[in-house]
Amino acid sequence: METETDSTLEPANRAPLAAGTIVDGWQLEEKLHTGGMAHLWRVTRVSGGSGTEPASNDVPADLPLIMKVPRIMGGEDPASIVGFEVEQMILPALQGPHVPRFVARGDFSREPYIVMERIDGPSLRARLDEAPLAIDEVIEIGSRVATALHELHRQHLVHLDVKPSNIVFRADGTAVMVDFGLSHHDRLPDLLDEEFSLPMGTGPYISPEQVQYVRDDPRSDLFALGVMLYHFTTGQRPFGSPVTVRGLRRRLYVDPIPPRALRADCPPWLQEVILKCLEVKAERRWQSGAQLALALQDPTQVPLTARAQRAHVSNAFQRLKRWFFAIGAEPQTSPLEGVTSQVMRSPIVMAAIDVDQASGELLDRLRETVRRIVVTEPGARLACVSVMKTARIGMDELVDAAGQSVHVKQLVGLKHWARPISKQLNLEDGRLTFHVLEAPDAATAIVEFAARNQVDQIVMGARGNSTLRRYLGSVSSQVVAQADCTVTVVRA
Amino acid sequence: MKIAVITDLHANREAVQAVLEHAAAQGAQHHAFVGDFVGYGGDPAWVVDCVRQHVEGGATAVMGNHDAAVAQGARRTMRAEARFVIDWTRERLDAGQLDFLDRLPMTHERGDLLFVHANAYAPPEWGYVEGKSEAVRSLLATRQRITFCGHMHEPMLYHLSATGKSGSFVPVAGEAIPLLASRRWLVIPGSAGQPRDGNPAACYALYDEDAAELTYWRVPYDHEAAMAKIRAAGLPQSLAARLADGN
Repeated sequence: METETDSTLEPANRAPLAAGTIVDGWQLEEKLHTGGMAHLWRVTRVSGGSGTEPASNDVPADLPLIMKVPRIMGGEDPASIVGFEVEQMILPALQGPHVPRFVARGDFSREPYIVMERIDGPSLRARLDEAPLAIDEVIEIGSRVATALHELHRQHLVHLDVKPSNIVFRADGTAVMVDFGLSHHDRLPDLLDEEFSLPMGTGPYISPEQVQYVRDDPRSDLFALGVMLYHFTTGQRPFGSPVTVRGLRRRLYVDPIPPRALRADCPPWLQEVILKCLEVKAERRWQSGAQLALALQDPTQVPLTARAQRAHVSNAFQRLKRWFFAIGAEPQTSPLEGVTSQVMRSPIVMAAIDVDQASGELLDRLRETVRRIVVTEPGARLACVSVMKTARIGMDELVDAAGQSVHVKQLVGLKHWARPISKQLNLEDGRLTFHVLEAPDAATAIVEFAARNQVDQIVMGARGNSTLRRYLGSVSSQVVAQADCTVTVVRA
Repeated sequence: MKIAVITDLHANREAVQAVLEHAAAQGAQHHAFVGDFVGYGGDPAWVVDCVRQHVEGGATAVMGNHDAAVAQGARRTMRAEARFVIDWTRERLDAGQLDFLDRLPMTHERGDLLFVHANAYAPPEWGYVEGKSEAVRSLLATRQRITFCGHMHEPMLYHLSATGKSGSFVPVAGEAIPLLASRRWLVIPGSAGQPRDGNPAACYALYDEDAAELTYWRVPYDHEAAMAKIRAAGLPQSLAARLADGN
């Protein structure tokens, strides 16, 4: 067996890669892209393919593949080498639709590469030149990316380089995060942690805590998403494109021009959402990607604070004060027990309440169960949902006066149901939202709402009346069977 | 090949059995026992026989400081409690078992892997890899790319890049960690028979050579039974109590 020595970082006498070359059983077909750090090749598997693959790799034969090969610029560029090692280590640990699927890796001792799923869709980079975008489009991009980030945060990952060129969309619109060269995974060694003495990230997007070397706060990604949304809304970068550490640190004390001052048709709620992403202190931002996505999908539920009305940047005195406190400031984030625990401490609890049918006793029990769950987590959000049944056909006719009044009546009923816990748990400051869904099938509507909003737990009542249950079927059993999250079924 | 790396068994039969069963369920095809089969626990003869049988079947085993002390007899310079445990252990082993311990090699190499109880820079001196500086010293003392050590009872992973940057990592059970070929790695699976990181579950690690992936595991076992044996043997009570606390 070959023993490798450490002098093999730069593979000796490596033939330049060209179309037709076969590396470890992967045939290079066509160079698709040359980036700052890597080349991307379209590849196919010939003769079984080798390289180092996880034992349980059952990749479908028709999965389109690319090979990412780092550009190594002489021995003086540890950043590109370590970044590539980080990605080799992290990508196999990630799953799901929001990341390209990992297939194989090749080591630096011979030919370093990663073979992964090719995502055909466009990257967001091109859209940056078209900014400002239509408000609806900004919202759509924001909620899709927030959803993807939340899913990665749940998998113990902080991306730490969220920017348009690292976001690609699948044909169905699902956002996919790529390039994990700067990422931190809580359950894998952080190869970058002690490697460099400069903040790591991309100038315009880097969060204040990243400037201060914090690498494990998922809210850093929400800051970067806020920078993107600001840019797509206004056509400008909120903090410019600084290249020096001093320039990067400016964001600790200089706040951005409020979006509405640059674009009059930016709704106040969107300014609220964006500026909340851009808060200097992570604990003042959205506390999870799911909470941000929920806000973007239901603007009427976004509580407006002074942020929404802000028309100017803060005055010189305020800046001076903030600058003074930012000198030598250490990150003030509360100690985290890990990426995932931060998002787990900020769960979305969905109370699915049948305000019309449920008995008073069941409504009380539901309220008490929800109270017990929400009281344990100060970061929890409560989404109260009811489903307004619509006919399977003739949907258009429903949007009439009668339909509207039913809708309002359900909303009133939901608010009335939630009022005691809202008061008791002090949920009025934006931790409580109300949603009346219109759908022909209650269970499907509940399951879809939970999936779309990355709900952590559904609380709902069992249908009490056994005759009704026999004829109509049980909504809760269908939800239990189909939902991806925890479901608590409450009986009176 | 999947290798189960088991170290610091310390005469704890219940823990070793649980670890072997878990490793079998994970598909382990080879076993490496990285020293300290005896000492502290109440079942030295069973554990030595178990390791010996595995070695006869092709497994790897290296010597630990407790194995050396038991094989060679207690020295006067040792603390009274340690001497007591060593003398007690010797009385429970027959000549064949003592001979097996006495003949254990200090190190074992397999491909680019090294197995050594304490460290690679001075194996018979039993110096502890307490942090990055000792880990780097050990990694630089061997040509082997991946070193598996015991001696320290807390699970730990150290790595060293080609440019000399080193890092340490407290592993999480059940997460596969790719041991990239571009780095050197020092793996401390943690003690199977006497964990000391506050978690009483037995430690071991599984290394998949083909995928170059390392997974640390924690296996709960019947530590009450192991404690009862220590008490019944008249060994120091503290040795029983620490199995429940994991420290």
